Amino acid sequence: MLNLRLYMLQRITALLMAPLVLGHIAVMIYAIQGGLTAAEILGRTKGSVAWFAFYGLFVVAISIHGAIGMRVVMYEWAGFKGKWLEAFTYSLGFLLLIIGARAVWAVTFA
Amino acid sequence: MSDTNNKVIVKIQRGTAEKQEMASFDVPLHSNQTVLDLVSWVQQNEDPTLSYRFACRVGMCGSCAMMVNGVPRWTCRTHISKVLHRGEITIAPLQNLPVIKDLAVDMDPFFDKWIAAEGVHHSGRTRDDDIEMVDETSASRLEANSGIECINCSVCYAACDTVRNNPDFLGPAALQRAWTLLNDVKDEGRQSILDAVSGKGGCHNCHSIGSCTAFCPNELDPMSAIAGLKRETTKHFWRGGKSC
Amino acid sequence: MKHLNTSKTSKAHPLWLSHILHRLSGIGLSLFLPFHFLILALAMTNPDRLDQFLQITESPAVKFAEFGLVFLLAIHMFGGLRLMALEWLPWRPAQKTLAALAVSMSFFIAGIFFLKAI
Repeated sequence: MLNLRLYMLQRITALLMAPLVLGHIAVMIYAIQGGLTAAEILGRTKGSVAWFAFYGLFVVAISIHGAIGMRVVMYEWAGFKGKWLEAFTYSLGFLLLIIGARAVWAVTFA
Repeated sequence: MSDTNNKVIVKIQRGTAEKQEMASFDVPLHSNQTVLDLVSWVQQNEDPTLSYRFACRVGMCGSCAMMVNGVPRWTCRTHISKVLHRGEITIAPLQNLPVIKDLAVDMDPFFDKWIAAEGVHHSGRTRDDDIEMVDETSASRLEANSGIECINCSVCYAACDTVRNNPDFLGPAALQRAWTLLNDVKDEGRQSILDAVSGKGGCHNCHSIGSCTAFCPNELDPMSAIAGLKRETTKHFWRGGKSC
Repeated sequence: MKHLNTSKTSKAHPLWLSHILHRLSGIGLSLFLPFHFLILALAMTNPDRLDQFLQITESPAVKFAEFGLVFLLAIHMFGGLRLMALEWLPWRPAQKTLAALAVSMSFFIAGIFFLKAI
């Protein structure tokens, strides 16, 4: 259930996230060497504008991309239509955005 | 397979849009039979009330398209050796279209979407103007040519999972036609075509599953045509064109 | 593009499989993400609880699940990039599928290697 605008948003966020995904996985591989602790994570990310920007952008992009992707799934496989479809799309988008932003905040400037 | 004492068990979906059921028939097996031969035999020898369509029976008109073992085909061009499975064949009406009776479906939605995709010639010149010359070697003409042999048989429409799950989706055939017109120098309806294929049933709903191209009996490639539409509408998007 | 004139009783041709994998991996990732975000936010509200979770992630079962997630991500991302290449670049279809396959496989292998290295 996509028109041109939603299609472009989906594609653009996808392209935006490609380098972010690679970066995230590289960081994870590095981070999990020798076990992982909260202190170790926070030691890296606390107070960092760079990490805030990186993961902040990631969260915004995934909120849009995931919401649009699941919109199509709910329409094609679960038969959601009209205002229910819109409500679902925005709800999922905002849910991901809010708890994602909260997580980013938790490890940077909380 | 040339022993005429052998029989084929032919299962045919009967009924109307409200109620369908499978009926089974034993049809004599011959060495050279198409699926259409089987259906015709049933109607001529077993049950004259069986409704089905065919016309040319030589693979030109597309009227005989049906689901054979779950796959859309031209039945006149399907030799039974290719689809016989343990002596059985299952035949059903084309998917994604409303059933009228037995194997005959209502083609109206297919053609309505053809029109909705602006698959109609948009002329601008009059008899007093010069004829627009077509360069047969140009890239856009070659693109158009690769899609114009569509005979509206609806096999691609029946094969498409996105058509099945998305009632608004215009479908591969209609979108392919829109693409051929977009590449036709004589067609002056560019903007209306781009708008028509950018709406909620437009080309952007295609997931490039490719069943259309895989099953087209004329070996056309609607999936690539739709990709072309996506490229064109994307370019338009960046140039601030309409169609939201 | 291969045209299927042989008897196929299903529509499970290669591009269809690619589509279904892309869709299922997307759904899987969407279901996983909220949990990921909620657990990570424990760094702010309850760091000890987060440390407990992180210790659990040392177990082989979780390592395997993590690898599964990375794999889902690889499938989804490379499948998506393949789709965009098919739509926007003037490549022939067969090359694109092969390209994506190659990249995806190498990612898979790299993923295993690195996760095993820890």
